[in-house]
Amino acid sequence: MTVIHPNMADESAKIRARDVCVYYGEKAAIDHVSIDISPDYVTAFIGPSGCGKSTFLRCFNRMNDTIGAAKVTGLIELEGEDIHGDRMDVVQLRARVGMVFQKPNPFPKSIYENIAYGPKIHGLAEKKADLDIVVERSLTRAGLWDEVKDRLDDSGTALSGGQQQRLCIARAIAVDPEVILMDEPASALDPIATAKIEELIDELSGRYAIVIVTHSMQQAARVSQRTAFFHLGKMVEYGPTSEIFTNPIEERTKDYITGRYG
Amino acid sequence: MGEHTVKAFDEDITRLRGLIAEMGGLAEVAIAESLDALVRGDEELAEKVVARDKRIDALETEVDKLAVRIIALRAPMADDLREVIAALKIGGVLERIGDYSKNIAKRVGMIEGRARFEPLTLLPTMGELAGEMVHDVLTAYAARDPELAREVIATDAKVDAFYNSIFRNLVSYMVENPSTISSAAQLLFVARNIERIGDHATNVAEMVHFAATGAYPPEGDR
Repeated sequence: MTVIHPNMADESAKIRARDVCVYYGEKAAIDHVSIDISPDYVTAFIGPSGCGKSTFLRCFNRMNDTIGAAKVTGLIELEGEDIHGDRMDVVQLRARVGMVFQKPNPFPKSIYENIAYGPKIHGLAEKKADLDIVVERSLTRAGLWDEVKDRLDDSGTALSGGQQQRLCIARAIAVDPEVILMDEPASALDPIATAKIEELIDELSGRYAIVIVTHSMQQAARVSQRTAFFHLGKMVEYGPTSEIFTNPIEERTKDYITGRYG
Repeated sequence: MGEHTVKAFDEDITRLRGLIAEMGGLAEVAIAESLDALVRGDEELAEKVVARDKRIDALETEVDKLAVRIIALRAPMADDLREVIAALKIGGVLERIGDYSKNIAKRVGMIEGRARFEPLTLLPTMGELAGEMVHDVLTAYAARDPELAREVIATDAKVDAFYNSIFRNLVSYMVENPSTISSAAQLLFVARNIERIGDHATNVAEMVHFAATGAYPPEGDR
């Protein structure tokens, strides 16, 4: 049973998932989950380890395809288009639905190349002058431009952890995605770098639909406007973040967020 | 409610609730004793009420400190957050209730010709009613009982009606016996204080309802 707060069904949903299951072999890691992801808000997935929240997140750009044993059933639509449909190009999908991981993973190339690579292979910009614009715009939106503009030829891996993570966000932004998925984007960072990422998420929201998986409930409370709580592969409750954290409906949600879980 | 994984969190909440209960108990006694002192002209008891109010004030400070500490260190959520916010506000209200009783106690020495002063007999019943509200609201707090909280809110109308009737009574008494104006005016303030205690008990009831359910009581109750 899933409790969904009023007004969470979204006509203009960016992503619409219906009865999604993910199986690792026999075991259902995600068990009949349906959700509408709003284009205008940051949506947070919370829940204890192993609850399936990251697995579910990875469905949205078919990252589970890369795991041989994983089987995904149910319907997932991006802007009304079935992402498992025949006409869906998975490379294109991953450009439209970008992803940022727990550990920053810049390419072992220059800062400039890290950003320019995506637009180049997707044919979004070819001339140097156009690429320059994309690189500056992406780094500016990711709040990194001022820190790196004088050393764009330095290796991306030479940056600090927090800067690397913002570089990865800039890289995701560079191909002009519609959705950005973030899987624990700040859990490997110190509090100041974390705050910068959170500020960045705030600034990017509205422009992109953002879905973030986080272990930190405080972080979910700070950055998101919608929160879904997962437990044992099921979505237990989905509602406005302020409601989930002040007055959750489901007992299991309450136990988890108040630290009475397990 | 189940226990927190971090046991010290439970201890903090239990301690916070204990402080509120202690404040409430002292406030209840202060109401009863201040009126008892007033009716019997017992200035010694009145002084005791005044002195004991310091303890209520000190407890309020403790509630404030502990609540702030819990918010800062434990980042309470949902029921826990409402519990802490409610305790913070209830602590402030109970302190005010203590002050009203202290104020009543301070007027004990100012009533002249007490033996022949009839309106004095009207006040204890009103005081008992307000005292019951405080008592019941603390029971509702201890039991996290929103229904009982709503009953307390409903009782406030009776206290208000009492106040209006005592007011009229005292005014006509003053008109008939101008020599009693000074004492009767003191009693007007006492009646006013009791009426305010009822209002504050109502505020506590609203917070108890909020802490227990996440919502304020329906408007019709208030």
